[in-house]
Amino acid sequence: MQQADLKLDGNAIGGLLREIFTMEMTNAQSTCAGCATVNAVGRVDVYMNAPGAVVRCPACGQVLMRIVQGRGRYWLDLTGTRCLEFRGGEDGP
Amino acid sequence: MSFISRGFRGKRRDVPSSSRVPPGQHVVDDFPVLSAGPTPRIATSEWSFVVEGEVDEPKRWTWAQFQQLPIEEFTVDIHCVTKWSKLDTKWRGVSVDKILDGIETSADFALAFSYGGYTTNVPVEDLTGGKAWVAFEYGGEPLHPEHGGPARLVVPHLYFWKSAKWVRGLRLIKDDQPGFWESNGYNMYGDPWREQRYWGD
Amino acid sequence: MARAAVLGRLTWQLGTVAGLIQETPKVASLVMDVPDWPGHLAGQHVDVRLTAEDGYQAQRSYSIASAPEDRRLTITVERLDDGEVSPYLVGEVRAGDKIELRGPIGGYFVWKADDQRPLLLIAGGSGVVPLMAMLRHRAAARATTPTRLLYSSRSYEDVIYREELDRLGGAGDGLTVAHTLTRAQPQGWKGYARRIDGAMLAEVGWPQDQMPLVFICGPTAMVESAAGLLVEMGYDPASVKTERFGATGG
Repeated sequence: MQQADLKLDGNAIGGLLREIFTMEMTNAQSTCAGCATVNAVGRVDVYMNAPGAVVRCPACGQVLMRIVQGRGRYWLDLTGTRCLEFRGGEDGP
Repeated sequence: MSFISRGFRGKRRDVPSSSRVPPGQHVVDDFPVLSAGPTPRIATSEWSFVVEGEVDEPKRWTWAQFQQLPIEEFTVDIHCVTKWSKLDTKWRGVSVDKILDGIETSADFALAFSYGGYTTNVPVEDLTGGKAWVAFEYGGEPLHPEHGGPARLVVPHLYFWKSAKWVRGLRLIKDDQPGFWESNGYNMYGDPWREQRYWGD
Repeated sequence: MARAAVLGRLTWQLGTVAGLIQETPKVASLVMDVPDWPGHLAGQHVDVRLTAEDGYQAQRSYSIASAPEDRRLTITVERLDDGEVSPYLVGEVRAGDKIELRGPIGGYFVWKADDQRPLLLIAGGSGVVPLMAMLRHRAAARATTPTRLLYSSRSYEDVIYREELDRLGGAGDGLTVAHTLTRAQPQGWKGYARRIDGAMLAEVGWPQDQMPLVFICGPTAMVESAAGLLVEMGYDPASVKTERFGATGG
């Protein structure tokens, strides 16, 4: 397997994020706390062949999120994400 | 869990001797590649290794200097927290005993750190006494970058995330400090025989 | 239906395999009846979970190939010989088997037929699957959105949905299909015979001032190369949506 094949994108964690947020999150906009680049979660870099999911900024490589699941718990580190903007359950006007 | 997928076994094989396989693990024949980021490609000419932190002064080796340390061959079983174990893996490298030889420290813990930014914490007593190495050959070949080359830490008695790939140094510290995975759910110690996978295990 | 497809807690459901379609030597489609399927959008995927008798589980994501309008849910899976889930789905599974899945998942890489923008779809290998859902949706909704598909395969035999793409491309409703075969071409091949490059994208794509919407799906290197070339050509990065192979791998 080539290294490049281990790099996926935010589409690959759509199911995992929906477990946590109970809504579709690949459309959410994330702001990198390192370089301030804004990206849809669907287009950020994701590494999943690991003890958890590691989400990285495609612009600067900084870790945006780390998601670990185990024994009925989630650990969600958003240190590298300054802001996550997403639509709630009710459509706006 | 009630549903069974008819005829599904997975890629596992039968365990030859369960006394060698910790609870919850299954044996694999291949060597899965795990990665939390882009694979660093470090030329040995640029590689260096440092012991720093609670020491009089940092001690540093170039690749050539590191190769002058006493090199050992060792065969160990490794256990990844993602539930695969691989038996009889063959490595060449330098034991951490030899790396720390002559270094005075009062530290009880070490934080291994890597090219690419990965970190993991291990007690000093788990790195010494012939229990840990910095390895640069696997299966008779130079360690491939996907598996942590030029050099990785190998601490086989702990879950394999402690065996930092692309390792470039050890920071000796007085108080234990979580590394990359330990700060987000994974166990500070990580003993596979006690299934210390997560916080609170 | 669209709201049902993107909101709410995901639950595992059982689909029953109604039929299998061998698309190419390594690729098969699983056509399933899923009783409580909430509906989906073209481009979404499902998570599939396999459970062995001793409780061991393996989970992968697969793109949905069927249109939202289709009565049955279809996924198309490429068998990876060193994989764990795909050799089961392509090889072991037969009609009548039950498959545990959850979904639909995804809101970024999706297309709805009421979107008026010209569409450029770029596929590499089994990356064509979510794009096929878009083309099937487009056909079912009788949309005439100007649409171009550029599809890269290794060889003629590796082209998934070949006959259906020929038919859709010949319907005269604004869809054109261009193939490139990167490794081997049959005698008299008139399509492209190289990896996707800037010249090919310039020929197949839309002028960027027409504000096209682009979906690219395939292996990571191909997706990044094509997306980079389009942005260099002046396409708006926000309208170039990509999905790397994850949803069809393993």
